[in-house]
Amino acid sequence: MKLSYYPGCSLHGTALDYDRSVQEVCGALGIELVEIPDWNCCGASSAHMTNHQIGMRLPLRNLLLAAELGHDVLVPCAACFQRLKAAERSLKEEPEYWDIEGYPEDLNIIHISSLLAEDRLIDKIREQSQVRFDGLKLACYYGCLSLRHPKITGVINYEQPRTLEAIVESVGGQPVSWSHRTECCSGSLTMARPDIARKLVGDIVEAAKRAGADGMVTDCPMCQANVESRQLDLASTDYLPVFFGTELISAALNGHYPAKQKKVHLVDASVLDEVLTRAPQNREETV
Amino acid sequence: MSNTTISPQQGNKKFLQKLEDRGVDVQACYQCGRCSAGCPITEFFDLTTMEVVRLAAYGMEEKLLESKAIWLCAACETCATRCPNDIDIAVLMDVLRELALRKGVTPAEPRIPTFHQCFLGSIEHWGRAFEVGLIAGYKMRSGDFTGDMKLGMKMFSKGKLSLKPHPIKGKAEIKQIFSGKGKEYER
Repeated sequence: MKLSYYPGCSLHGTALDYDRSVQEVCGALGIELVEIPDWNCCGASSAHMTNHQIGMRLPLRNLLLAAELGHDVLVPCAACFQRLKAAERSLKEEPEYWDIEGYPEDLNIIHISSLLAEDRLIDKIREQSQVRFDGLKLACYYGCLSLRHPKITGVINYEQPRTLEAIVESVGGQPVSWSHRTECCSGSLTMARPDIARKLVGDIVEAAKRAGADGMVTDCPMCQANVESRQLDLASTDYLPVFFGTELISAALNGHYPAKQKKVHLVDASVLDEVLTRAPQNREETV
Repeated sequence: MSNTTISPQQGNKKFLQKLEDRGVDVQACYQCGRCSAGCPITEFFDLTTMEVVRLAAYGMEEKLLESKAIWLCAACETCATRCPNDIDIAVLMDVLRELALRKGVTPAEPRIPTFHQCFLGSIEHWGRAFEVGLIAGYKMRSGDFTGDMKLGMKMFSKGKLSLKPHPIKGKAEIKQIFSGKGKEYER
């Protein structure tokens, strides 16, 4: 399986480790990724929030580059995914504004979790995992933009998504049932209004703790950075680390959680290797 | 809200036409309140989301462009997703922000549009976001020199902030996108 790959700015900056885990996991599962040459920023969210023309033209340039490669496009960032999908929708439904000829009808834009949660890949992850995170309670946190607006994303279960839960279960973790799975973390407001970010992140983290979570799992680089960083401003020092779904899978496939990866987190993320050392039975017993 | 009279008779027709052209049917609102109930930022708003929609239906452009709500909206799209009448409130918010900037209305939350402009400046220049440049630009323009310094240092020490931008080859195409030309502006 060959896919075009649109990493987006976060994965080349604040979420470099997300990029690494996506590439590792895809490599291990036999998915070949071809990075879209000379891709540009999709503009999320400042562009579409303040200038519709720029907000559409930025992702459209990437879609045209992807069309030249011809493969479906894999997007790990929720915000980039939503912007590429919004541009695709406008291109198909109101082409008169964009003067673009010959854009392929059948080019799919795919968010990472919906790909990895496909049955055949979940089975593969389960089979290839060297270790399992037995007993690890995780709150799956989707945030906004991989889901909403469903007429843009095409997601069916936008209020009750299950893709991250399926990923967590495939590596032996235990997804908790909780209230804030699709609540907003404040996104791009975080720098200009950190007080609002603190309130929203505080509510989300408290809800995850009430459900008994040891950590959180997401597939959005903005949510990951925001929820970890804004916890540092809160009164409670009982922090919850936020893992990427691919970070968990990568650790399970490799059989250990690398120290290098753990160090990237802004809050203590050792709960992941603790559960591995606590459960040395891992592969031997299950084989 | 203050007790100034609002009435559809005073509505701005051009503004209502603009909303219609962007596919936002504000007249479909029956004030159920699902948009406001689901809004994560509502406690910080000066107008609730439902009030924004009603004022828009009355064509009260000025009042909306001067509001804090249009800037505090995080574009999470919960309101539009849950609207039983399929009103695209997220697009409504985008249109309001764009009009406010184009008309030079003094923003009620100045730091937020300043952030957006710094972010877009970074993309216009490099083709991709350059975080350190963006943060420095935002700090200079907003006057918020001290906020998040500790966090910035921590992120830098974790290798999350690069001191070098990542320019793309197609910078001329990006310049063209930012040129202000395009059919979309006439819409």
